[in-house]
Amino acid sequence: MIKAEHITKRFGPVEAVSDISFELGNGCSLALWGSNGAGKTTLIRCLLGVIRFRGRASIGGIDVQRRGRQARALTGYVPQELAFHDDTRLGSAMGFFAGLRRVPGRRAAESLAAVGLSGHERKRVRDLSGGMKQRLALAIALLSDPPLIVLDEPTSNLDAAGRGEVIETLRHLKASGKTLVFASHRPDEVISLADRVLVLEHGRVERDTTPRGLWPTEKPVQVIRLFLSMAKESEAAGVLREAGHAVHLNGNGLCVAVPRDRKAEPINTLAKHRIEVLNIEVLDDMEIPGVES
Amino acid sequence: MSTMAAPAGNNAASSPLRAATTVGGIAMFARREFRDAIASRWFLLYTLAFTVLAVGVSFLSLSGVGSSGFAGFGRTAAGLLNLIMLIVPLMALTAGAGSIAGERERGTLLYLLAQPVSRTQVLLGKYAGLALALVCSLCIGFGVSAGLLAWRAGGVGVGAYILLIGFTAMLALGMLSVGFVISVVSRRTSVSTGVALFVWLALVFVSDLGLMASSIIFKLRVQEIFGVAILNPLQSFKMGVIVNMNASLDVLGPVGDYASHTFGAVLPWLLASTMVAWIVIPLAAAMVLFVRRQSV
Repeated sequence: MIKAEHITKRFGPVEAVSDISFELGNGCSLALWGSNGAGKTTLIRCLLGVIRFRGRASIGGIDVQRRGRQARALTGYVPQELAFHDDTRLGSAMGFFAGLRRVPGRRAAESLAAVGLSGHERKRVRDLSGGMKQRLALAIALLSDPPLIVLDEPTSNLDAAGRGEVIETLRHLKASGKTLVFASHRPDEVISLADRVLVLEHGRVERDTTPRGLWPTEKPVQVIRLFLSMAKESEAAGVLREAGHAVHLNGNGLCVAVPRDRKAEPINTLAKHRIEVLNIEVLDDMEIPGVES
Repeated sequence: MSTMAAPAGNNAASSPLRAATTVGGIAMFARREFRDAIASRWFLLYTLAFTVLAVGVSFLSLSGVGSSGFAGFGRTAAGLLNLIMLIVPLMALTAGAGSIAGERERGTLLYLLAQPVSRTQVLLGKYAGLALALVCSLCIGFGVSAGLLAWRAGGVGVGAYILLIGFTAMLALGMLSVGFVISVVSRRTSVSTGVALFVWLALVFVSDLGLMASSIIFKLRVQEIFGVAILNPLQSFKMGVIVNMNASLDVLGPVGDYASHTFGAVLPWLLASTMVAWIVIPLAAAMVLFVRRQSV
């Protein structure tokens, strides 16, 4: 469905994406995982063909740089936060994008219904909650029923309820056979949606793995996010890894996968090394698919 | 999820179909841009200001010669010339400068480009929509003024007035194209608007002074001064309107005299071509810069 060959993108002296290659089949889902500045968003923009880059990317065999318009017709894009004119009403926005995607007007209503936004057509974009905006972005992405959906941290600005709504919709999409490529900061999202994970660091692929490969445990997993002083994060990550925990520094705290019945263990481990934990967040309660409870 | 129609972009489209699709995409953007523009405050303010000033000038141009009431179309056209040279480039340059840079700053440009559209469609669609809004704004101003003139002074000199509207529309479109070039290369609206104001200042005030200074310092010949002068779209506009009012360019001194005698009947076409070049060349440059841009 999607193929990237040696994608490299420079912004002046900075190489934001460096020689990234991968291939993803129909109906599979790929998570792009990494810290802020790792190159996730730039890679997504390259895959969409909205910025120029070295290398080659194709969607459904169509080169995104040479025939970007045709390649994007096979793709639905959901940004971090829907950016569209705030004064526009939902119905009008859907009509506009239906026109761009050359689908009949009735598809707008069907698409809104598919993401649970029927009846909100008269609302203006600025009056929508974060979760509703993301569902609107999904509705727009689904207008022409593209086989590939590309999402750039689709839940990062949402509260727990909004996040749940969006993840649920994405699960349905995955079950219906859509190919998903998404960037995420959240292990729970990666665990519940991804078949495969590209771990990016400084624009390079550090690992091409699976959620199980990233958080290897035989027990039901819960992911907690530990907030520490910035200066201590690397040291803490090292300490926890030595203690056998799967840890990821993703630029927004330390994400640690722990067995559900031993959530305090990493905090105790850090306390022994005199590393203070400032705050913790228990991420959504999800299990790695395929692991028995 | 329901099963939906296959995306149209999936088909191997023939050339005429592709062309129709391209034009369809441009029309979609143009319609949205036009709707947004006429609902915006700048459109209302500029239209109101232009209308009030146009009516005011038509009244004052007769009052100035000792009568009261409204002057005829021809005299009003001459009176409006300087007003247009000040206001219309400002309207068009700032509207153009805010177009792409505004979308980029709001983050909407990335989202639009992520749709199955080309950069050319986005740019030309936005240009067409804004151009239509600008021409509508000017037509409202000219129309109200013309309505009052027709009521008070009859239809004398209406041809000159229509030509004035035509040249003004060309001036507006040319300045809009220049505004688009500025917008395409600017990351922020504040920067693009600042540059647009600087360009406006340069075209309206500085270029005349610069031309005068250059002609003295470099001892330019009259044909060279004419050549440099028509490079400024405002000068082309001014000369075009004066020539089309069947007035003599002698009022512009030796340069006008030279132009009238050298080019004769070709002069109006030469000046109109210069105006068209000011529309086409910057718009083409904006398109090339936008398409070749490395980032959003």
